[in-house]
Amino acid sequence: MWKLLQLRREQGRQAIADLRTARPEGFRGLPVIATTPCADGCRACVDVCPTAAITAPPVRLDLGRCTLCGACAPACPAGKLAFTPEVAMAASRRDDLVVAEGPPRVPEVDIGAALRRRFGRSLKLRQVSAGGCNGCELELNALANVNFDIGRHGIEWVASPRHADALVVSGPITRTMADAVQLAWDAMAEPRFVIAVGACAISGGLYDGAPGVDRGFFDRQPPLIYVPGCPPHPLTIARALLAALNS
Amino acid sequence: MSSLVVHAVALDELPVLEPRAWRNWVKGELLQGGRPVMLWGRRGDAGVEVSIALQRADRGLDVLRTTVDPAHGYFALTEVALALHGCERELHETLGVRLTGHPWLKPLRHHGQTQAEMAAYPYYRLDGKCVHEVAVGPIHAGVIEPGSFRFQCNGELVHHLEIQLGYQHRGVEALLDRGDPRRSVPLVETVAGDASVAHAWATCAALERLAGVALAPEVELARATLLELERVAMHLAGLAGLATDVGFVPGASTYGRLRTTAINTTMRLCGSRFGRGALHPGGVAITPDAPAVAAAVALLTAHGATADACFFGSRVVQHRLQGVGALTTAQALQLGLVGPAARACGVELDQREGAGGAYAARPIAVVTEPSGDCWARARMRGRELAASLAWLADAAPALTAVPARQPIGALAPSHLVLALAESWRGEVVHALETDAAGRVVRHKVQDPSLRNWLGLALGMRDNDISDFPICNKSYDLSYCGNDL
Ligand code: SF4
Repeated sequence: MWKLLQLRREQGRQAIADLRTARPEGFRGLPVIATTPCADGCRACVDVCPTAAITAPPVRLDLGRCTLCGACAPACPAGKLAFTPEVAMAASRRDDLVVAEGPPRVPEVDIGAALRRRFGRSLKLRQVSAGGCNGCELELNALANVNFDIGRHGIEWVASPRHADALVVSGPITRTMADAVQLAWDAMAEPRFVIAVGACAISGGLYDGAPGVDRGFFDRQPPLIYVPGCPPHPLTIARALLAALNS
Repeated sequence: MSSLVVHAVALDELPVLEPRAWRNWVKGELLQGGRPVMLWGRRGDAGVEVSIALQRADRGLDVLRTTVDPAHGYFALTEVALALHGCERELHETLGVRLTGHPWLKPLRHHGQTQAEMAAYPYYRLDGKCVHEVAVGPIHAGVIEPGSFRFQCNGELVHHLEIQLGYQHRGVEALLDRGDPRRSVPLVETVAGDASVAHAWATCAALERLAGVALAPEVELARATLLELERVAMHLAGLAGLATDVGFVPGASTYGRLRTTAINTTMRLCGSRFGRGALHPGGVAITPDAPAVAAAVALLTAHGATADACFFGSRVVQHRLQGVGALTTAQALQLGLVGPAARACGVELDQREGAGGAYAARPIAVVTEPSGDCWARARMRGRELAASLAWLADAAPALTAVPARQPIGALAPSHLVLALAESWRGEVVHALETDAAGRVVRHKVQDPSLRNWLGLALGMRDNDISDFPICNKSYDLSYCGNDL
């Protein structure tokens, strides 16, 4: 009993006060690309990237493919690329995930007025992992722990797709999960939407073109929210959801 | 010296035997106590090259190869070493090698198939008046990877559990075999994304051996720091999960928030909560923040001790975990379990024991538990994480700046190298082979989960089906690591 009280005292208050303004220390997040001109014919960043996320010149970095591995920044002889601790990286339009040269621009999340009105105070999520490596899954789970406590905003994980408003997909979607993902979606009542979490789900990421992957589901049901990262920081996911609900 | 177990051999010095002689040699080695580490294949010019790696008591590896005509195959080794059942099923499934005498050539991961094609597979079934089947998955009632479990039950008692995986099969090895040096480490970081550091380190160590690069002690120390932080974080995650599953709420919330502290420390060091992008061949990219590590370790040690006292001291927790899902030492050895699952059955097997590099400078205490049940596996995690924290407390002050990324140079041509790293889940095994031009043409990965899933299945026999969640959580195995 005394031990339990001690445990409670040590625990104190763990919740992050405001998920919308918290900045994780040391996090390698939203990249910024300086406008300094590239050296003639230099493709150092393009060549070093494992996911073909960069095109140049001008340097453009697709957060939908990027795993935030950090290899490109030191590769650039002109020091054009840098990573900031900014977590707000999610977008509703796939094109908005492409970072261009110039000052950092936080992409916009917008699921539309009708869905916002419907789900603004309560959003139930059903998650399906379809080739996810347990990175995204752990971070999605972390959203509900005592630190992030997303439940205080009315956002909750549910067990059945029938109770869910949005389907959260992680992983590139394997051939062997293609049917199951579709079944989960078909079981959901309207209105409903898809959230793609992590580079694998958004673009296939490292698994783009892998033999065991079938991305047909996303062609049929384009996501309304793309959350980049590998895996995304829980704050990136929280920021995306709160921005979507405008809460 | 590397902190991992690394073994390199030039292909022209690799002993290649006729299938029958090869099999006899393996049988002889097994009788003398050799431990099967991995068996894998590669399509060669003259057939399928099948290699096996065995570990001697002194932790040294022996590798031997044979070439078989896939249509002819060979007499399965699973018959003499059950531990190899997964490896041989994979060999059969991916390279079409005929395996006479294999007791269970069931598809391991539906290689090249869709889920629908598996519908006709004849799963085990129990018929009778009082028996029934419970099928769960592939999607589970939580934020968790997919897999399918079929329980054959007699009332509440589980007679047999058949686990079907493969839902996470995305084709990692096919991508790795393309040998793109930019992609190998990022890819292996996602083989089992909760053991990124261990997999990345094994790949890096193998590539470094091929390039003849020896790392500075500071680099070994920094990598080991990340590996032990990963172990601490995932053992905390596992204990949080177990506490949730037995309904011990204070344990669940405390272990959960302590894990946040552990992975945030990893993020302070390398920018990612999972250590992604930190290791690369030839070095490690970290910002050495010794005071931050020391402070986190002190907090984790102090608050972790309180949580342990409450959790393991609780009669409810003891009652729920003790005697549930038990395996004997003999079963663990026969199945070839690895990592904490094996050590919880009293098997002393930890690749960090007697290792070089960072673990030679600061040896880490190897922990075992005797009872082989959920309690033993939970205790293992608590004690191992305490041992890792003690190691980190000692190592943290020595963290210093390490040289930035450096290319490692050309790889030795026509070589085979194996590297074993002890992840929090057990040994990860990476085998890399280069061709005459020094390109990687085969990169075989084995996650400890492949070895341990059958342990969970057999441990469930004669247990209540309602105890499955805690049994599953006590092993905490990877679906994607198995499915590749
Ligand atoms: S940080 Fe992103 S863009 Fe840069 S190299 Fe890594 S994956 Fe490519």
